[in-house]
Amino acid sequence: MAESTRTAETVSHPGSGALSAPGAARRYWLVLTALALVGGLSGFGLLAWDNPMPVGSRGFWLIANLRTENLIVMAVVAFCQTLATVSFQTVTNNRIITPSIMGFESLYVAIQTASVYFLGAAGLAMLQGVPQFILQVLLMVGFALLLYGWLLSGRYGNLHVMLLIGIITGGGLGSVSAFMQRLLTPSEFDLLAARLFGSVSNADADYLPIAIPLCLVAGIALWWKARSLNVLALGKDVAQNLGLRHRTQTMQVLFLVSILMAVSTSLVGPMTFFGFLAATLAYQFAGTYDHRYIFPVALLTGFSVLTLAYFVMNHIFYAQGVVSIIIELVGGSVFLIVILRKGRL
Amino acid sequence: MTITTTTAARKQRLFDPKLLLGILVVAALLVVSLFTGVYDIFGNTDGGEMFAITRIPRTIALVLAGAAMAMCGLVMQLLTQNRFVEPTTTGTTEWAGLGMLTVMITFPTAGLNLRMIGAIAFAFVGTMIFFLFLRRVTLRFSLIVPIIGIMLGAVVSSISTFVALQTNMLQSLGVWFAGSFTSVLRGQYELLWIVAAVGVVVFLAADRFTVAGLGEDIATNVGVNYNRVIFLGTGLIAIATGVVTVVVGNLPFLGLIVPNLVSMVRGDDLRSNLSWVCLTGIAIVTVCDLFGRLVIMPFEVPVSVILGIFGSVVFIALLLRQRRRG
Repeated sequence: MAESTRTAETVSHPGSGALSAPGAARRYWLVLTALALVGGLSGFGLLAWDNPMPVGSRGFWLIANLRTENLIVMAVVAFCQTLATVSFQTVTNNRIITPSIMGFESLYVAIQTASVYFLGAAGLAMLQGVPQFILQVLLMVGFALLLYGWLLSGRYGNLHVMLLIGIITGGGLGSVSAFMQRLLTPSEFDLLAARLFGSVSNADADYLPIAIPLCLVAGIALWWKARSLNVLALGKDVAQNLGLRHRTQTMQVLFLVSILMAVSTSLVGPMTFFGFLAATLAYQFAGTYDHRYIFPVALLTGFSVLTLAYFVMNHIFYAQGVVSIIIELVGGSVFLIVILRKGRL
Repeated sequence: MTITTTTAARKQRLFDPKLLLGILVVAALLVVSLFTGVYDIFGNTDGGEMFAITRIPRTIALVLAGAAMAMCGLVMQLLTQNRFVEPTTTGTTEWAGLGMLTVMITFPTAGLNLRMIGAIAFAFVGTMIFFLFLRRVTLRFSLIVPIIGIMLGAVVSSISTFVALQTNMLQSLGVWFAGSFTSVLRGQYELLWIVAAVGVVVFLAADRFTVAGLGEDIATNVGVNYNRVIFLGTGLIAIATGVVTVVVGNLPFLGLIVPNLVSMVRGDDLRSNLSWVCLTGIAIVTVCDLFGRLVIMPFEVPVSVILGIFGSVVFIALLLRQRRRG
């Protein structure tokens, strides 16, 4: 709402566009620079803090290299989660939901459990590594496509029914996993449990050569679709009126979102409110409706939040294990505050 | 004249011969439940005693918990005017869990009673927050309500997870939340009788809930104190959910699918539907529990798992059906 009034006020401006209000462009670039600085500093801090070697020496870089992997994973996760969340919120025309609730996480748990259940410990070892990662991403994207294709197409296509069915399927899958977990032997369960608690430090570097190109392709496609997204954000009726094929565009964006979410979830496991937190902050920071401006801000915000949280937790509180839970907590609280302040859904 | 005929028709509707049939079916299921188990109660000398210690309490618990959760769902759906609302899609169960956890941490020696009070208090506050939120926020789509409720539940349960992780209770938390009748024994389930009292109150106040379900304006117009009814309803839901969560655990989707199935067949009169809702709730819980007991004998699968699978399938079918009708 605020965005549209702002543009309405400034139509007469010669440089009317996403950042046409006086000072808006300057403010935007300031915010972007600040975020880049914060992200860069905390990222560098993660690499350099507690590094016994002097900065720049060969030993320093050896140790830093070991830590770089984590940093890259964080960047990939931030990229996936923020882009996916922003696009998802635009398509669903609702800024308080996240794609994570669509059952991706439960599917991840169900796939892991099923592989242990049906293949046993030996079969699991066979599936380890890159093929398993690819299979998982394929299954998740396939699941998403099935859901969208079935529920969004046809005469009765309805976005809200699709969302709710996604959530409920997630719940049902969770119960199926719980059922299978009950039937596992304790040793098999131990094997499984190690896989279910995903965190940034658990991500395997071997997956990155596949994960990064996938993300980049999906990300570039979303960037390329940014103008359509701007129109989609106006709602179905307006978008159709302006000549956009609403359903096709929605399905395409949701497909890209599902790739991003599948990569992120397969890489590090569940992160329900992280994307929401980053996207909500990004809307505040960016102050524009244009997705070409929102995306970079969201990406940098997500990266800063993630690196900062890890930096603070690792080096100030020495509580490495709870980072993702802290992010979830803060994200969840922001979610509640946003709902109550908004007053309208 | 018309009034007397409608009362007569209503009486007839209340005491339906079909209801008798339903009662018989449920009674048969309960008898099956009484005689299902690993321990051979006929072959052993202490069979009778075992029967009294485990089987009878378990079956009573099935009746009480099933009826209570189904009724909670019905009342909630009436009060919010939304068909997709129940304790698990509004976060009430998660709040109850958080309340229980809070009591466990602040008073490690607390007994069942204190835990229950904590659970009820938190469930009440949580449900009230949700109701207040529904009244304050303008909704464009009714399906948004359960989505928000589920996300709200996720926030609350992430708080519970965090607290549990900090206090090394994560494992016990998982065990509590998985609703199961396995641990229902004599001396541990009696609190569930509170739920029976809740059921009686719901029966007595049924018409008020129906009127409140028509909306604040209409309710006030016909002389019902809307806020008081909402308060009463929330209190009853919180008590039932709290007690069931502490004694049995989480019973997902029960409150959602039962009232919907009943009203699909019988329409929307709360008072005459109530007995059917209770019966169907009991029947579904009993069947799921029996299935959980039999499928990997001599072990058991928690009833919440079976209910979660079954309930999600039914829920999705309901959604698709509603979508057809628009």
